[in-house]
Amino acid sequence: MIIGKKKEKDVEIPSASLADIVFLLLIFFLVTTSIDTEKGLDLVLPPPGKEEIKIPKKNITNLFINAAGQAMIDNEVVDVNQLAGIIKEKLFENPLLIVSLKTHKDSEYNVYVHVLDQLKKAGAKRISLADPDEE
Amino acid sequence: MEFKKKTNIKLSIPTASMPDIIFMLLIFFMVATVIRQYSGLKVELPDAAKIQKLAVSKRHISTIWIDKNNNVVMDDIPVKNIKNLRNLAYQKRAADPQLIVSIKADKYTKMNTINKVHQELREASAIRVNYSALPGEF
Repeated sequence: MIIGKKKEKDVEIPSASLADIVFLLLIFFLVTTSIDTEKGLDLVLPPPGKEEIKIPKKNITNLFINAAGQAMIDNEVVDVNQLAGIIKEKLFENPLLIVSLKTHKDSEYNVYVHVLDQLKKAGAKRISLADPDEE
Repeated sequence: MEFKKKTNIKLSIPTASMPDIIFMLLIFFMVATVIRQYSGLKVELPDAAKIQKLAVSKRHISTIWIDKNNNVVMDDIPVKNIKNLRNLAYQKRAADPQLIVSIKADKYTKMNTINKVHQELREASAIRVNYSALPGEF
């Protein structure tokens, strides 16, 4: 039996709806993309290791936060909201100043972030976190 | 004086290249989309005035959630024992040297937990952190 040659047909993928499909995909990705960038306060933690770097005492300011949310700078209790001004003055006197921040274990994170915020406001770049006291 | 009627010119915006433009947009959004999204913990972020955008793209960010009951979650992996955080952070850091750890902690969390997380991150050499905060003046 001889199989007759099939009639030649124009085989074509319809491309009229291509634009619609691409539009659909575009809308999907538009909706799923979240452009919102996260914002926050940057900090670089002290590198690991126990070895201590010798820093002249006069270049260090100790800043403590106690459980009640009070800040103490150089053995003087100050209002958290005034920290920026105080640190700014200190930085003006000594640009090499390092602020060493120590927090009590029962103090709130909120206060800590506010203090960091104040330090950023004062333009303090050199912030160090003191090791918490061993229990 | 009589004005001559202008010849009729057919005006139309060419639409032949429209699919190309849409394709370009599509490719842009495909590249910009990061499907990875973690659910995390429910936290009430603190607010701060001097917040800034994270310096790297989302791909280089690991997030640690800490809620007020001291639950710690890193990228949707619950950290039962805080000592396990070191390993987890170390692996992430090894896989991506540009890593920034975003800390999303509840504002009523005690610093005890935060300090422990700090210590673990330091041991893991993941020392670039960012404290997530909401814009606001306190």
